[in-house]
Amino acid sequence: MSESLHIKNGRVIDPANEVDEVRDLFVEEGRIVSKLSAKSKGIVIDAAGKVVSPGLIDIHVHFREPGQSHKETIASGSRAAAKGGFATVVCMPNTNPVADSPATISWIQERAAMTACVNVLCTGAITRGLAGEEMAPIGALAAAGVVALTDDGHCVQNHGVMRRAVEYARQFGLPIMDHCQEATLSADGVMNEGEWSTRLGLPGWPALAEDLIVARNILLAEETGHPIHCQHISSARSVRLIREARRRGVPITAEACPHHVSLTDEGLKNFDSNFKVNPPLRTPADIDEIIAGIADGTITILASDHAPHATYEKEVELDRAPFGMLGLETELAVFLEILLHQRKALTLPQLIALLTLNPARLLRLDRGTLSVGAPADVTILDPDHAWIYDRNDSPSLSRNTPFHGMALRGRALATIVSGKKVWDLESGFQN
Amino acid sequence: MKNPWPHKDLCALADHSPEELLTLLDTATAFKGVGERNLKKVPALRGKTLVNLFIEPSTRTRISFELAAMRLSADVVNISASASSLEKGETLLDTARNLEALRADLIVIRHKSAGSARFLADRLKASVINAGDGAHEHPTQGLLDAFTIREKLGRIEGVKVTIVGDILFSRVARSNIQILTKLGARVTLVGPPTLVPKSFESLGVRIAHGIDEVLEESEVVNLLRIQHERQRKEYFPGVGEYSARFGLTRKRAMRLHPDCLIMHPGPMNRGVEIDSDVADGHGSVILDQVTNGLAVRMAVLYLCSGGSPLSKETV
Repeated sequence: MSESLHIKNGRVIDPANEVDEVRDLFVEEGRIVSKLSAKSKGIVIDAAGKVVSPGLIDIHVHFREPGQSHKETIASGSRAAAKGGFATVVCMPNTNPVADSPATISWIQERAAMTACVNVLCTGAITRGLAGEEMAPIGALAAAGVVALTDDGHCVQNHGVMRRAVEYARQFGLPIMDHCQEATLSADGVMNEGEWSTRLGLPGWPALAEDLIVARNILLAEETGHPIHCQHISSARSVRLIREARRRGVPITAEACPHHVSLTDEGLKNFDSNFKVNPPLRTPADIDEIIAGIADGTITILASDHAPHATYEKEVELDRAPFGMLGLETELAVFLEILLHQRKALTLPQLIALLTLNPARLLRLDRGTLSVGAPADVTILDPDHAWIYDRNDSPSLSRNTPFHGMALRGRALATIVSGKKVWDLESGFQN
Repeated sequence: MKNPWPHKDLCALADHSPEELLTLLDTATAFKGVGERNLKKVPALRGKTLVNLFIEPSTRTRISFELAAMRLSADVVNISASASSLEKGETLLDTARNLEALRADLIVIRHKSAGSARFLADRLKASVINAGDGAHEHPTQGLLDAFTIREKLGRIEGVKVTIVGDILFSRVARSNIQILTKLGARVTLVGPPTLVPKSFESLGVRIAHGIDEVLEESEVVNLLRIQHERQRKEYFPGVGEYSARFGLTRKRAMRLHPDCLIMHPGPMNRGVEIDSDVADGHGSVILDQVTNGLAVRMAVLYLCSGGSPLSKETV
């Protein structure tokens, strides 16, 4: 049985209800209530001077279970999420086996119920085995409870297959999320095609390869009327394409990742594979346009693309190293540091909306809000808390991050999931 | 006094200042005399062990490093990809750590992955010398090309150097661009737009897509090998069209200034990027490059082992 909570004197920010005021928040039986019942004592949490937000939601993580539990497990990944302030995460389907069947989805859900300390939701594959050829059993996946479909890590290259999948998914109301990468253009690219790939002699992965698929997805979303969500946008021109399409009312959405607003391809100049990520880090001009897109409502969701890899897998020649970096523990801080403190692109309530309300709306979740009756997922945070990230303190099983040793402002102080405090900065994990 | 070469490794010419590059060239000048003697050996690296770790095949660069090490009295071991445990799935880092455990002092690496030399240099106490890493750099080739230009023309600053060919995939081009621009030469890249993308302009060079427009002004023409054995079908239609548009034919060579140097890093495709007569003719310094490569590599091994820089006259 979960505790009753009385979170006192915090600055409560709840974008869903346009709330931004100092007040108390009450939780009973795992849900937000307007006041505690008379018999309930409630644990008091003093949040004076802190921000009380809906539990943060990250719709793009890789927890590697089943199949690659040496990199991350649902248990270890969920602890990284809680430590980063995230109460809900959405797992990508590129596990082994691929999450393209109800059996695998059920296995993940059961594993999450047994081992996870935050809400772990599943996506299902668009195509069988992420091969881009045959449609996955979308109806059965929907019945099993997936919240969206994606071939993340891969991109469906065949436009006919993609069109049919979007049309078919529509009957279940399942959004399609796409990793936008045209494979003949990205070819064997390992980093952004540009000045730094030229200097370093590394094969380039041009922004054009993303732009072409973003354009394809805009046309498909417009044609079918069904929402398509473009994952981890990295290119300035993709932002401009999406901005223009949204103005026309096309049901297209996009997400941005911490590394794509904070790091550039120059980071690879010492051939450090911790900076190798897909889509790749690009240029200062791309960062500027992504931040402009976040500020003007073109990009409505922030996500980490948390992608753990073992050190021995990353400690190889750069072109042989896998793509991806950890993200959950640094995500909130990097976004606060860059978007709020440095660029002043958003207000704090706006930024919180991109981490709570907007992803909940896309995936039709009853979370991401502090409305009375909603599940009591709450994140207490301090947007000014100065700290230095040390990857060796991470509950993740992996250490692949370019943010190690970085000074950041802003941090989660406590994460509450369905009324239960699972982690706080002072005392750590609660079990 | 500041040590003019405070490095254990040579991974990329991009990492070094003009002064450091001149230190290398001056030391190479001093060592060149050794090769001209009857007794071609100095004791500078006696007792040191050098391992040639050639994961990608090469003959001339490996032999050049081997002879350079021998002339400095080092002991040399050669490893090729097929003879190494990399074939059995051992990682590059583990292979290199094993060599270090065997007390190798210098590891010379040739590898198809860009950054592989730097990757090892950052993780080993041994000196790591890059003998070519993917399309990134081939620093001793850049040094020997600059050395040859300085030797033949007496200067590098202001010299108009034209580099022709498969620039995009060329580590030789990148190392040449680094050292020549740092030492003040004016570099022009020539080739089809697919092999000479505009992004090279950010490296401080000029781009031309026709060879005929730059022939007269060139003081050096460096012709790169066209890698038609690799997958280049998407980049240009074939060697015939390449040769017609960019090959240094006899007719084109006649338009060069009589003192223009003709260079090629080898191995040449006679009749493709360069006519056979031109390769053997007036102005060709292709074999001088090979000779100078030895002196440059002696200088690199010597300085990276902690040797004191030499002036042009000593040894």
